Amino acid sequence: MIKHLRSAADLDAATATLILDTAGEMATLAGREVKKLPTLRGRTVVNLFYEDSTRTRISFEAAAKRLSADVINFSAKGSSVSKGESLKDTALTLQAMGADAVVIRHPASGAPHRLASWVDGSVVNAGDGTHEHPTQALLDAYTMRSRLGRIDGLNVAIVGDVLHSRVARSNVLLLATLGAKVTLVGPPTLIPVDIVAAMAGGPKVSYDLDSVLPDADVVMMLRVQTERMQDSYFPSAREYSRRYGLDVPRMRKLPSHAIVMHPGPMNRGMEIAPEVADSSRSTIVEQVANGVSARMAVLYLLLGGKA
Amino acid sequence: MTAYRIKGVSLLGAEPADLFVRDGMISGAVADAETVDADGLVALPGLVDLHTHLREPGREDAETVETGSRAAAVGGYTAVCAMANTSPVADTAGVVEQVWRLGREAGLVDVQPIGAVTVGLAGKQLAELGAMATSAAGVRIFSDDGHCVADPRLMRRALEYVKAFDGIIAQHAEEPRLTEGAQMHEGEVSTRLGLTGWPAVAEEAIIARDVLLAEHVGSRLHVCHVSTAGSVEVLRHAKARGVRVTAEVTPHHLLLTDELATSYDPVFKVNPPLRTAADVAALRQALIDGVIDIVATDHAPHAVEDKECEWAYARPGMVGLETALPVVLSVLGEQWELIAERMSRTPARIAGLTGHGTDLAVGTPANLTLVDPSARRVVDPAGLTSRSRNTPYAGTTLPGRIVATFLRGEPTVLDGKAVK
Amino acid sequence: MAYPRADTHDDALPGKTILSGSDLQRVVDRIAHQILEKTSGATGTVLLGIPTRGVPLARRLAARIHAFEGIDIPIGSLDITLYRDDLRLHATRALGKTELPGDGIDGRRVILVDDVLFSGRTVRAALDALNDVGRPSSVQLAVLVDRGHRELPIRADYVGKNIPTSQAESVRVSLTEIDGGPDEVRLTGGAS
Repeated sequence: MIKHLRSAADLDAATATLILDTAGEMATLAGREVKKLPTLRGRTVVNLFYEDSTRTRISFEAAAKRLSADVINFSAKGSSVSKGESLKDTALTLQAMGADAVVIRHPASGAPHRLASWVDGSVVNAGDGTHEHPTQALLDAYTMRSRLGRIDGLNVAIVGDVLHSRVARSNVLLLATLGAKVTLVGPPTLIPVDIVAAMAGGPKVSYDLDSVLPDADVVMMLRVQTERMQDSYFPSAREYSRRYGLDVPRMRKLPSHAIVMHPGPMNRGMEIAPEVADSSRSTIVEQVANGVSARMAVLYLLLGGKA
Repeated sequence: MTAYRIKGVSLLGAEPADLFVRDGMISGAVADAETVDADGLVALPGLVDLHTHLREPGREDAETVETGSRAAAVGGYTAVCAMANTSPVADTAGVVEQVWRLGREAGLVDVQPIGAVTVGLAGKQLAELGAMATSAAGVRIFSDDGHCVADPRLMRRALEYVKAFDGIIAQHAEEPRLTEGAQMHEGEVSTRLGLTGWPAVAEEAIIARDVLLAEHVGSRLHVCHVSTAGSVEVLRHAKARGVRVTAEVTPHHLLLTDELATSYDPVFKVNPPLRTAADVAALRQALIDGVIDIVATDHAPHAVEDKECEWAYARPGMVGLETALPVVLSVLGEQWELIAERMSRTPARIAGLTGHGTDLAVGTPANLTLVDPSARRVVDPAGLTSRSRNTPYAGTTLPGRIVATFLRGEPTVLDGKAVK
Repeated sequence: MAYPRADTHDDALPGKTILSGSDLQRVVDRIAHQILEKTSGATGTVLLGIPTRGVPLARRLAARIHAFEGIDIPIGSLDITLYRDDLRLHATRALGKTELPGDGIDGRRVILVDDVLFSGRTVRAALDALNDVGRPSSVQLAVLVDRGHRELPIRADYVGKNIPTSQAESVRVSLTEIDGGPDEVRLTGGAS
């Protein structure tokens, strides 16, 4: 079993499938009166968050608590300029406290890799800079599988600010591992250079959302921050929305079985129209629920055996 | 002064012979000389580094003029040019004279200060270049290294102004608007790692502009740490047109690639960043062809806390003085003439250091280094002479060992160790 | 100590056959009869198999009970992995399925079904797991083989065959549904 989950690339197909299967078992817990398992009793999970992300933190916290782990929330928000204690010193502190796993959210890409070199426990990447967010990709894959019955062979369009998206990077890698065909869609300014060669599975790239929709089984809309337009990634929110937003007419171009995903938080009216977000194709609420199951599966597989 | 008989040394790969040193000069045979056994060793003119960060004044926890000088001597150098981005910045006669004096006091290599082009490296206003040129330090090279002189009008003025005292502007070629927030080479690896890219064009665009400016005003331009294949093409074109431009490449850009960033270990973070294998190949060929004139270390020592952190928060730079010759040997092989040209004679000529980079003929200053080309060494950061440990070669086996270095006839290094 | 499961043992020694395919069939029949007898016709009874081999055994028992009396007894599975007390002694285990019958287990008589009863720790974990999924009126235990060496105060209500073993030996149960080959119970290891 793997020791850390720093990148979706840490997962081969067998391990990724095992996590999704395990998440399926964990999901049955949600329907029970007693939503708690004794599995990780006596184990300590630290949520080390250098960025505000209440959604992700409570999702990990719920996952760890349902497995009876002790949870320590360590909020270490601070900018690089006013950095207090260094990540290394914090790591040594957590090490001394006997953390079995550290879930880290950090604004700097690669911070989980650095952390893993300083602690003995498992490191779980809960989002690092513009790099990756592998548990998001797992919950997305789980959601696709539960809605569509499979992942292998699916056409998945990931639409929006791929350049700054850790969700997109992790999804591209995991979906390639699981046999889906990914197309990245967005304005050329927001598609990273050399992405086709850079990523396993060689995703396709399109600048034309309308041409991609008729063949898509899954459309994953990424959050687009309006601040990007000050940096001239696109001229205006209105133009972005017109070219790359998922509105009702566009949604009608999708095959009848296709689903619409969004990692949240959404900019309603920017990348996704409210009617689309609230439609029956939308999996947005399921994704949140599935997040807890997927994270339980990850914590169990990292911590549920011999260290 | 003690006279030395360097016994059985191969001068630049020639048949072994005895080399005599007396009164600071290479001399004819001396009867009562102390013998240095140089069996199997190659003598090179003392190496000259056109690009060294000694960190003093300001960051003496990372390096001082003395510790950096010692590291240089251990690396086979007899002269180094100290970059201006100290704190305070070397933008006045006072600071460059201080550095120059500290170098003299250390007495391990000749420390030739480089002056800042603009006040505080801010890129707004010319520093008092003339005052630095006529100071005791005799500054000849000016650079805002670490920062690009990005304003084209200011760059033009700087190039023109230093003609009055045969100065050179050494440009750190980096268009700052194209590298905002940049962390590593922009390409496949940066995309995979989610690190903001430093595009090759940001370097190439500035070099292209600057060679045209240098041609226009008839000035001398030196390009620091060339790192891309595209820059090589721009330089080749400029040299063919007769532009008075020289260029340097660092040892690390001749050996390492951006793939190393995959570890997120900031020991591989440097500016300009490590590039692709294709860039490395082009730089090697350019060094052989002479499109790139010299190897310069860009020795950039950093304190531990500035490297043991997240990649984005780490300072860019690598120590390089003690590994430069082994890296170049591994890249070029035992081409001693070429190595002497690229690491000693040409940098000495560019910097105007007349006592360095000579042919080790009788009557020339005895600035030289002795190398054992058959030795192999595993780089151990803890074993470095520099005050800092940020070498990208930890655990790497490199060829060649610097056995001894002589500065004006006096050994600064014997048996691989600094004499003082 | 670790408690070896019947499905994770050393195949190196051929060992000897304890129950043949036809023996195994007779033993299942007998347990089915005993269940009918002890539970007054299996009313209000649910069979929960413990993965892996408890699940097909529960299915077979239900089929035999149906054959004998025409009763459809609800069956399900109860995975105990997440309740084990030895998780840290082994590499992480994949989970089995927990599937309860549609009407649940509240107020029912639950009969847990497993292949081999050894230390009793699996059953202990199953009781914990059961506690989290409902509130049965009573819980019984049916096992194909009881090999002794209990480490907890647990006994089976229905035992197919008692097999005296040494600690070093292992009991291997092969069922067609899981293992592909013919039904068989073998005793292996413990050459001394």
